[in-house]
Amino acid sequence: MTAGRLSLRVVALGYLALLLVVPIGMVFYRALENGIGPAWDAVTTPPAQHAFYLTCVIALIAVPLNAVFGVACAWLLARYEFKGKRLLDTIIDLPFAISPVVVGLALILVWGREGWFASTSVIFSTPGMILATIFVSLPFVVREVEPVLREEGIDQEQAAATLGANAFQILRRITLPTIRWGLTYGIILSTARALGEFGAVAIVSGKISGRTETLTLYVEDRFQSLDLAGAYAAALLLALIAVAVLALMTILQRKHKDH
Amino acid sequence: MGGLSVAWLTLIVLIPLAAVVVRSFEGGVGEFWDAVTNPQAVAAMRFTLIVSIVVAAIDAVMGVLIAWVLVRDEFPGKALVNGLIDLPFALPTIVAGLTLLALYGNKSPVGVNVAYTQAGVALALLFVTLPFVVRAVQPVLMSLDREAEQAAASLGAGPIYTFRRIVLPALRPAILAGVALAFGRAVGEFGAIVLISGNLPFKTEVASVFVYSRIESDSTTAAAAVSVVLMAISFVMLFGISYWARRAEKA
Repeated sequence: MTAGRLSLRVVALGYLALLLVVPIGMVFYRALENGIGPAWDAVTTPPAQHAFYLTCVIALIAVPLNAVFGVACAWLLARYEFKGKRLLDTIIDLPFAISPVVVGLALILVWGREGWFASTSVIFSTPGMILATIFVSLPFVVREVEPVLREEGIDQEQAAATLGANAFQILRRITLPTIRWGLTYGIILSTARALGEFGAVAIVSGKISGRTETLTLYVEDRFQSLDLAGAYAAALLLALIAVAVLALMTILQRKHKDH
Repeated sequence: MGGLSVAWLTLIVLIPLAAVVVRSFEGGVGEFWDAVTNPQAVAAMRFTLIVSIVVAAIDAVMGVLIAWVLVRDEFPGKALVNGLIDLPFALPTIVAGLTLLALYGNKSPVGVNVAYTQAGVALALLFVTLPFVVRAVQPVLMSLDREAEQAAASLGAGPIYTFRRIVLPALRPAILAGVALAFGRAVGEFGAIVLISGNLPFKTEVASVFVYSRIESDSTTAAAAVSVVLMAISFVMLFGISYWARRAEKA
């Protein structure tokens, strides 16, 4: 092996170690330095439990809605030619390009007390947080499903239609099995983003402890209250979820390739 | 179904974004101009742009280097390192910020403290934008035909010359696409920065944090004006990438 190759490897791995591995290792160490007991206690306080519960509720509503919309939109983009298709394509990517802070502001201007659709039950409460979460995680399912639909073509769907299958039967028997993998990836990515969103949710939630705090907001709350043990413990929980998501994606992709 | 999808997209995405634009111009163009030329807003936007450019440039160099090592080198644990690259996408941004503070904050066990500094902001952005260039370059590098490189080497070209003249031109579109995505992400990033920057106006305050502080103090018109500038930058990046990708495809 040449010295040049070795030095490239050292620089690349050293960069990853200093930027990713050692800092994340440090959070694990800090969260667990007094044993599992205190960390467990820190993530099972009533506000922490409520934050966990609320995070799950939001994801359980936002992700299925994204999945249904995502499949419909992917279908539209893959199967039809229409005016403004390129525009639609670009709009779907917007949530990836817009700062979460701007998303939060936008929702306040529409749903806030003096907003266009003024309401008292959206901002500073769960519906607003759900809207923010849907916004930021909207493109994942479309972007994963659309290329699969495009690649598979319409032969099977047409054959089924010729044989007398109705639209619902085609969707259930042909289309859904075809897009199974893409849909699964889209849902996993969408879930990870929903669980981890901070900025947009922070703005629309009002950050009311024990009421409108998700897990990510709870991490910030504990940090700002100088309860570092609590912040590290909740961060550890979120980091474990992230690692689980990555592991799941890797395993599924390997399985998918084998088929 | 098509109509329903468009209606949903309009309700969730378009109407809220339109509300930001309308609000920013509510007091007329004069008020909009005053809001975006407010010295604190200008300082925040200038710092955001400079730090994003620096971060995107470092991403370009380190991203190509990491992709190169992942594709052309062999070492034990390579699959694990490859999986690690996606971690910044999966990890919640607030955890990313806390993570960096745990090692490089004011209680740093290694004696490096970047909390409340511009370097700290850059570090947080390098963390969250790490995967973009690596993941854009990696597949291109994998599919690259190595015959041209071997021919150059056999004709006596050194490794640096071969890389610069043969590999780099093939990677350029992927590098640019990755850099554009990283830059766009850096301009709007909030969660990873909020803990580490300390949000000192005229020093470490970035545009997204400036918008956040204006929302908190109920100056939504000023917040909307700076948001419109941020959105304009995002649009230029987004349309720029797709226009340029289409042109590259044709060529």
